[in-house]
Amino acid sequence: MAASSRAQVLDLYRAMLRESKHFSAYNYRSYAIRRIRDAFRENKNVKDPVQIQALMNKAKRDLGIIRRQVHIGQMYSTDKLVIENQEKPRA
Amino acid sequence: MLLRTSWRLMAAAAPAALWPRAKAPTRGLRLRVVDHAPQSAAPSDAATAPEAESVLRPLYMDVQATTPLDPRVLDAMLPYLVNYYGNPHSRTHAYGWESEAAMERARQQVASLIGADPREIIFTSGATESNNIAIKELEAAIQPDSSLVSVMTVNNEIGVKQPIAEIGHICSSRKVYFHTDAAQAVGKIPLDVNNMKIDLMSISGHKIYGPKGVGAIYIRRRPRVRVEALQSGGGQERGMRSGTVPTPLVVGLGAACEVAQQEMEYDHKRISKLAERLTRKIMKSLPDVVMNGDPEHHYPGCINLSFAYVEGESLLMALKDVALSSGSACTSASLEPSYVLRAIGTDEDLAHSSIRFGIGRFTTEEEVDYTVEKCIYHVKRLREMSPLWEMVQDGIDLKSIRWTQH
Repeated sequence: MAASSRAQVLDLYRAMLRESKHFSAYNYRSYAIRRIRDAFRENKNVKDPVQIQALMNKAKRDLGIIRRQVHIGQMYSTDKLVIENQEKPRA
Repeated sequence: MLLRTSWRLMAAAAPAALWPRAKAPTRGLRLRVVDHAPQSAAPSDAATAPEAESVLRPLYMDVQATTPLDPRVLDAMLPYLVNYYGNPHSRTHAYGWESEAAMERARQQVASLIGADPREIIFTSGATESNNIAIKELEAAIQPDSSLVSVMTVNNEIGVKQPIAEIGHICSSRKVYFHTDAAQAVGKIPLDVNNMKIDLMSISGHKIYGPKGVGAIYIRRRPRVRVEALQSGGGQERGMRSGTVPTPLVVGLGAACEVAQQEMEYDHKRISKLAERLTRKIMKSLPDVVMNGDPEHHYPGCINLSFAYVEGESLLMALKDVALSSGSACTSASLEPSYVLRAIGTDEDLAHSSIRFGIGRFTTEEEVDYTVEKCIYHVKRLREMSPLWEMVQDGIDLKSIRWTQH
């Protein structure tokens, strides 16, 4: 498989953020969005293709986890938290 | 290509609508918290608007009592609750082998977090059982000159970090066993059982975003520390803790430890920032607030504040939108002030005024700000009603008062 291109990395980043926004629990949702942003930002200057591939593979596994856990969270969702009506949590 | 894209867009946009999901019935305690946000569907609800209170859950700021499961932990556990349900001690079939493999992988994950060998990790039902095993060891090895030092790594009420490495070195030089209850510290601050000369360590799953009902005890092999089993039976866990090892729970503990190892630095940085924000904002807006515990040697995620002239229980009740605690959950049924606060020399009246704020991996800045705002508001309100506060405002020194008996 060819080394991950910039476009692929960005696609994965967007896919992870998009999926994370569907967490029904406020704390999981805000954590996932924040963590994904910080992790991609932290690694944006990595040059070694082997390391990039390893990070991408881990991110893909994490995307799978997010998808499954979003699904489960929605099935078992409960009432919102007191601060959820006052602001739309994004970070 | 266009068709696939549009399907994917549809799937992303309305996941709930696409396939009917059986939603589990809500079992949450339905608190009547009035929702002050402007109602969007106003006209049709006009008749019921005065009674239409949405039910909202409080913020969770009590991570020292317990922590939510990290989604990564639940994801690791589920296969063992659905399909891979074998007994890890069954030697004769694939169900047993796969369960055992998962158990040993979890053991390695726990060991790796504290710098131990997997053979030194015994799974238990939690840190309390681990503590009991460690203390019982003292009874078992009773000799006139043998003893055990047992210290909490991070205190659960005031967040103080004990000088574990120093204590470990002193104990090792005096040939005294050293046990530490690291329930609040594992995965939050770096721990190494060899550098810190720890002989026994208790680990709790539900304090580190893992499941409840599981923990571990670390028992040093070199030099060998002998322990006596608390529960006897089939000889599992090297005879030190009989009973079928609960694979789903230990897988969860292992996953929690692995995630903690990866996230320790990130979490610590963020939690420190949020803790500083909370303390600074409260102390800026309210006088006579004391932080309990040594500020130098302190785990940031556990903030214990005393608000003078305000009764702790009433403040807790007032802050009903935020899940908080004063003192530790394990003794919260009694009304006595915390023994920890008494031990550090806190005045009786300040000890009754203490609240513990817990900041964890999933705490947000918005939650901290909301908590701070409510806390400031209610402390001011309660102080307005307090005759003691009134006397202080008038310049009376409360210590000089002679309270007479009626």
